[in-house]
Amino acid sequence: MAEAGTLRGDLTAYRAVLSSRVRAQRAYAASFRLDLVGAALITVVEFAEVWVLFGQVDAIGGLTLASVMLVFGLAEMTFSTADLLVGHCDRMPTYVRAGTLDVFYLRPQPVLAQLMTSDIDLRRVARVAGGMVILVVGLVVSGVRWTPEKVALLAVTIPAAVAIYAGLFIAAAGVQFFLINGAETTNAFVYGGRYAASQPASVWPRSLVLVFGLIFPVAFTGYLPALALLDLPVPFGLPGWTAWLTPVAAVWSWLVALGCWRLGTRHYQGAGG
Amino acid sequence: MTPTDAVSMPPAAARAYRRLLAAGFRQQSAYLAAAVGGLVANVTFGFLKAAILLATLAAAGGTLGGYDTGRMLAYVWVSQAMLGLINVSGRDVLGERIRTGDIAVDFLRPLDLQLAGLSTHLGTRLFTLLPRGLPTLTIGLLTTGMALPSGPAPYLLGAVSVLLATTLAYLAVYALNMSALWLVEIRGLQVTYMVVASFCCGLYIPVGIFPGWLETLARLTPFPSMLMTPVDVLSGYAVGTDALRLVLAQVAWVVVVGLLGHLLTRAGRRHLEVQGG
Repeated sequence: MAEAGTLRGDLTAYRAVLSSRVRAQRAYAASFRLDLVGAALITVVEFAEVWVLFGQVDAIGGLTLASVMLVFGLAEMTFSTADLLVGHCDRMPTYVRAGTLDVFYLRPQPVLAQLMTSDIDLRRVARVAGGMVILVVGLVVSGVRWTPEKVALLAVTIPAAVAIYAGLFIAAAGVQFFLINGAETTNAFVYGGRYAASQPASVWPRSLVLVFGLIFPVAFTGYLPALALLDLPVPFGLPGWTAWLTPVAAVWSWLVALGCWRLGTRHYQGAGG
Repeated sequence: MTPTDAVSMPPAAARAYRRLLAAGFRQQSAYLAAAVGGLVANVTFGFLKAAILLATLAAAGGTLGGYDTGRMLAYVWVSQAMLGLINVSGRDVLGERIRTGDIAVDFLRPLDLQLAGLSTHLGTRLFTLLPRGLPTLTIGLLTTGMALPSGPAPYLLGAVSVLLATTLAYLAVYALNMSALWLVEIRGLQVTYMVVASFCCGLYIPVGIFPGWLETLARLTPFPSMLMTPVDVLSGYAVGTDALRLVLAQVAWVVVVGLLGHLLTRAGRRHLEVQGG
C-alpha cells in the first residue's frame, strides 16, 4: 500500500517536471515555431537524399521510389518518436563533463528514469508528423494489398521500432561514461543508424547486415516490415515472417541498452566538486 | 580584424594564435577513445554510403553524373576522411557563451574573437586527421578499388583546398553563432543550418549527381566549398582549370563569410547586453 503510494508520488513528480518542460518550450512562441520549422526541414531534406537517388533510376536493391517511401516513413516516424521521448539522453556528455550528473545520483530515483523524464523535446513532433505523412503517401502510392495480418504487423512494428531506437539512444548514453568526449561517435551510430534504416538492406555487404541487422537492429524498423507489407521476398535467404521478429529485436535493443547503461553507471565515479 | 590587419599582426599576437592552434591540437589528443570511436563510425558509414551509392550506379547502368565506380568510391572515402575536419552541425561554443553572457569575458581578451576561434578550431580539427582521417582513407584504399589521380598537382591543390574548406566551415558557423548576439536562442537556426549545409556540401550524395536545378541551387551557396570541392580536387573528379576555379571560389567564400562574421562581431559588440550581473 505504502509502496503504491510512493509510486504514485513518484509519477506525479515526473509528470510535474515534464509538464513544466512542455510549458517552458511553448513560452517563447516565435522560437518554438522556428524550432518546429527546423525539425520539419530535417525530414524534408532527409527525404530529398532518398529522392535524389531513387528518383534517377527505376529501383535500387529491389525497391522503387514509392516502396522506399514506406521504409523511410516508418523509420522516420519511429525514430523521431524515440527522439522525442529519450533523445535528450545525448546531452549526457555535457552532464558528465560538467559534473551535473552527480545531482541525479543524490535523488532517491533511478538515474536512468530521471534522465529519461528530465526533458521532452516538443519540436520533434514536427518530424514525427513528417514521417507519418511520408508513410501514408508511401502506403497509398505503392499499392499495398491490405490484409488483417498486415494491419497487425504495422500495429506491432511501430511501438517495437520506437523501442529499438530508444534502446539505441540509451546505449549511446551509457557508452558516454567511458568515452567522455565521444558524443560525435555515438551520435554517428545513433543518427547513422537512422540513415541506415531508410536504405534497402539488400544492397549491404554481410558486415553491414551484421551491424545494422543484428547488433543495432535498425533493419527491423523500416526495411523488413516494408517488404512484408509489399509482399516482396526477404533477401539473404530469410523467411517471409522475419518482419514479425521486430519485437524480439526491440527486446535485444533494450538488453544492450540496459547493459551499456549499467556498465556506464558502475564505471562513473563523479567529476569531483 | 580584416585579413590585412592579420598580415601586419604584432609578433606577440601571432604567437598567441599559434599557441591556441597548438592547444586545440593537444586538447583533442587527450580524448583518444573518442578518436578511435570516431574512426569506427567514419569507416562504418563509409561502407554504408558506398553500398547505396554503388547500387544506385549499378541501377543507372554504371555511370551517373560523371561518376563511375572508381570515382564514386574515391568520393566516399575522401569525404569520410574529411568528416572530422568540417563543422556542419552549426553549433559552436560561442553561441552558448553568448546565451549565458560569458561572451563578455571573451570580448575583454586582447585577441580577435574570430581569429582566436579559428586558430583553436584548426588545431582541434587538423588533429583528427591523424587518428581518424588518414586511417579512414587507408582502409578505403585497402578494401575498395577507388580511383585516385596520378601526379602531384591534384594533391598539392587538394591540400590547399582542404585547409580552405576547414577554414570556411568554421567561419560560417562563427557568423551563424554571432547572430545569437541579437537572437539569443539560435537552436532552430543551428538545426536548419545543419540540415541545409550537410545536404548542400555533398555529405551524403555528391553534388554532381543532384538533378540539374538542385545542383545549380546548391552551387550558389558556400556549402559545396566546404566538402565537395576538396573531395573533387583530391579525387581527380575536377582537374586543371576546373579545379583551380573551384579553389578560387573557396577563397572568395572565405573572404566573404569571414568579413560577414567580422562585421557581425563589430556590430554585435556594441549591441551586446549581458543580463543578470
